[in-house]
Amino acid sequence: MLYFSKWKIQAILLVCFLGIAYSVPNLLSREQAESLPTWLPHQRVNLGLDLRGGSHILLEVDVRAVVRERLENLVESVRRTLLDQRIGYTGGINIVEDRVVVRLRQVDQLPLAMENLRKLAAPVTSSLLGQSGTLDIQVQSQLDGQITLSYTEAAIQQKVTNAVQQSIEIVRRRIDETGVNEPTIQRQGADRILVQLPGLDDPERVKRLLGQTAKLTFRMVDTSPEAAAGQVPPGSERLPADDEVGADGRPREYIVRKRVEVAGDNLVDAQPNFDQRTAQPIVNFRFDAVGGRRFAETTRNNVGRPFAIVLDNKVISAPVIREPILGGSGQISGNFTVESANDLAVLLRAGALPAPLRIIEERTVGPDLGADSIRAGVIASVLGFVLVIIFMIASYGLFGIFANIALVMNLFLLMAALSVLQATLTLPGIAGIVLTMGMSVDANVLIFERIKEEFRGGKSVMNAVEAGFRRAFTTIVDSNLTTILTAAILFAFGSGPVRGFAVTLSIGIVISMFTAILVCRLMIVTWLRRARPKTLVI
Amino acid sequence: MRHLKLIPEKTNFTFMRWRNIAFALTALLTLLSVGFFFGRGLNLGIDFAGGIVIEVRSPEAASLGQMRAVLSRLPLGEVALQEFGSSNDVLIRIQRQEGDERAQQAAVEQVREALKRDVSEGISFRRVEFVGPKVSGELIEAAIYAVLISLIGILVYIWFRFEWQYGLGAVVTTVHDAIMTVGFFAVTGLEFNLTSVAAILTVIGYSINDTVVVYDRVRENMRKYKTMPLETMLDLCINETLSRTVMTGATTLLALLALFMFGGEVIRSFTAAMIFGIIVGTYSSVFVAAPILIHLKLKRGGEKGEGASPAGAEAD
Repeated sequence: MLYFSKWKIQAILLVCFLGIAYSVPNLLSREQAESLPTWLPHQRVNLGLDLRGGSHILLEVDVRAVVRERLENLVESVRRTLLDQRIGYTGGINIVEDRVVVRLRQVDQLPLAMENLRKLAAPVTSSLLGQSGTLDIQVQSQLDGQITLSYTEAAIQQKVTNAVQQSIEIVRRRIDETGVNEPTIQRQGADRILVQLPGLDDPERVKRLLGQTAKLTFRMVDTSPEAAAGQVPPGSERLPADDEVGADGRPREYIVRKRVEVAGDNLVDAQPNFDQRTAQPIVNFRFDAVGGRRFAETTRNNVGRPFAIVLDNKVISAPVIREPILGGSGQISGNFTVESANDLAVLLRAGALPAPLRIIEERTVGPDLGADSIRAGVIASVLGFVLVIIFMIASYGLFGIFANIALVMNLFLLMAALSVLQATLTLPGIAGIVLTMGMSVDANVLIFERIKEEFRGGKSVMNAVEAGFRRAFTTIVDSNLTTILTAAILFAFGSGPVRGFAVTLSIGIVISMFTAILVCRLMIVTWLRRARPKTLVI
Repeated sequence: MRHLKLIPEKTNFTFMRWRNIAFALTALLTLLSVGFFFGRGLNLGIDFAGGIVIEVRSPEAASLGQMRAVLSRLPLGEVALQEFGSSNDVLIRIQRQEGDERAQQAAVEQVREALKRDVSEGISFRRVEFVGPKVSGELIEAAIYAVLISLIGILVYIWFRFEWQYGLGAVVTTVHDAIMTVGFFAVTGLEFNLTSVAAILTVIGYSINDTVVVYDRVRENMRKYKTMPLETMLDLCINETLSRTVMTGATTLLALLALFMFGGEVIRSFTAAMIFGIIVGTYSSVFVAAPILIHLKLKRGGEKGEGASPAGAEAD
């Protein structure tokens, strides 16, 4: 245990050197660290939101809405199929739980209906192997002429996955538009999205932007006689106005056709602007080729009639078409403020969410609290460090100094490891570092106490040191491994700050084994060779 | 040069003679912890109970009474205020609102407006946290799993490295420390949140560390003194490792005390629990972990190998 081969000494020194080199950027200011030449390490420890300030928002994709929307589309497809084949049905096409149910008027049309409805099913394209054979829709019939259509489990799974992935993309686009620096947007679990926004102390705007689905449609207002009489004809629906109030003080309602003439998917650009006549804030938009053509066609055929601009099932405005709009661009005017026009433009540019998002957890820390926490953490760490150093020298003298050098090395390596791994340092993480200092000293205490004991037992200095290190080694490994075990479990089950704590604690323990066992031993062995002491004063 | 010595070179305390008294005390404290846990319950933070926490700083010393009056006019149910660190900082806790997540958001806005309007324009919001009911339920589950799995992990690891008696003894000791720390939260009424679970797990880690050091010595001495009565031998083991136990405990406590005094209000309950847990962990490795081996009828011979150490061949 006392012999170190040359390469081993070099390896230990190299690790120490790298540790110092990679931790140096943390001692410099941000600007200094960034101006370092590229061949030098320049990564710094990643501070958690609780230290740098910012917002942590956990969103949940409303999976039920995804399924619901699919079912509603399926109802439309069934209606069209039956109409094309001239198959009559009674009682309408209904959604019962998660199935679409329709009853044919004539049972003998069942085979024809089944044949055509089965064509609605498409294979599920899944990235998982062996899944490609399944169809997305199951069609079943009963002898009395009732047909039930439902989505298969695989299809729903795939749709939810797609919806979450699409949502992440759109959330990213919306947040990029707000100009927040270094946002982190990642999927969490099956149907959740974690958004982290450093440096933001009031996430109201982001929350407002994320809270909207932003599904935009252009549809015709129903002007049939039934609608005028206040009834809702089939194929139409009653929608509230976004901001208009009717004579009775309640939001005004429109009866709007369900058929979508042009949808927001066909937009290529949207910009906030001011109406030249009224100086009201408006949003200008431009369609892509397909959308422009459809919009032109619709407006040409419906001059003189009102159409509705519908956002998330609310009518923003329902202007009358004065002339065909052929250029593929137009404007939305409503009761906008400058801010809301701007937000709407952002939402339209980023696209609609496939399903509503709900905020289920939010943690926002102001930057000044973060700075206070850093200051408190630094003061506590430095003080703890100084106390431990004094205590070690007082208790073990020269050996205490060795242990302290090992401890300093430990902190350098810890900083370096956190910087290189880009692990996140949180407030409990600082506590983890402080705790690591205490525990890292433990390995040296074990060794020194053992050396003392062996020396008292009558061994020579060399033999006592050798036996001390060797005997203490098993103990150190056993005790540290159990601690790492708990830290690993903490990491697996914890979230946010707690994970940061687990990371620093386990990295700290691994490093402390290196510094306490190898670095400290190397120093003591070198000292023994040079000084050749006859007796030990520990 | 004379060095500081917390413990004399050679001690001969007869710990095992006190073991029945220690067991009684341990049992009493454990029962008290359990009693407080069920009787009074934990002061669950929003991580587990759901709800809203807002930390505000007012430009001048905050008047809790005025804030309370303003906030209690809002239809938010129970609102608790407390000074947080300094007289300018106030922590506002609002119970979980009826309804879905949007209701929670609305509540935060109401508080913000009311405070700005009726208390002081200069109030700044230093921290806003809101945890929905679904998330808090999952967090409880994850925390319980974390503790249980780490206990099983420890049991298996020590069984594998030592003998089943040691594994069981270590788990009993660890459970004891965990219960006591939870009891600490129940008695003091400190807020129990995710970082508290981290504190408990750290205490578990530390306590197991301490226990393993003692057990390691027991394993070694079992081979060395084949005829010594178990009680005498356990006393010897504890005496031999006593200076290490005290030294390590002292350094760790020094570091934690610094954190407790200067580490800021946010992690104060976290460090308080760890300080308590480390004291308990040190006590339990001497008075629970060691004597329990007597009751588990640890046998001589047939111990597993030396583990990583090649020390077996050594002449003592």
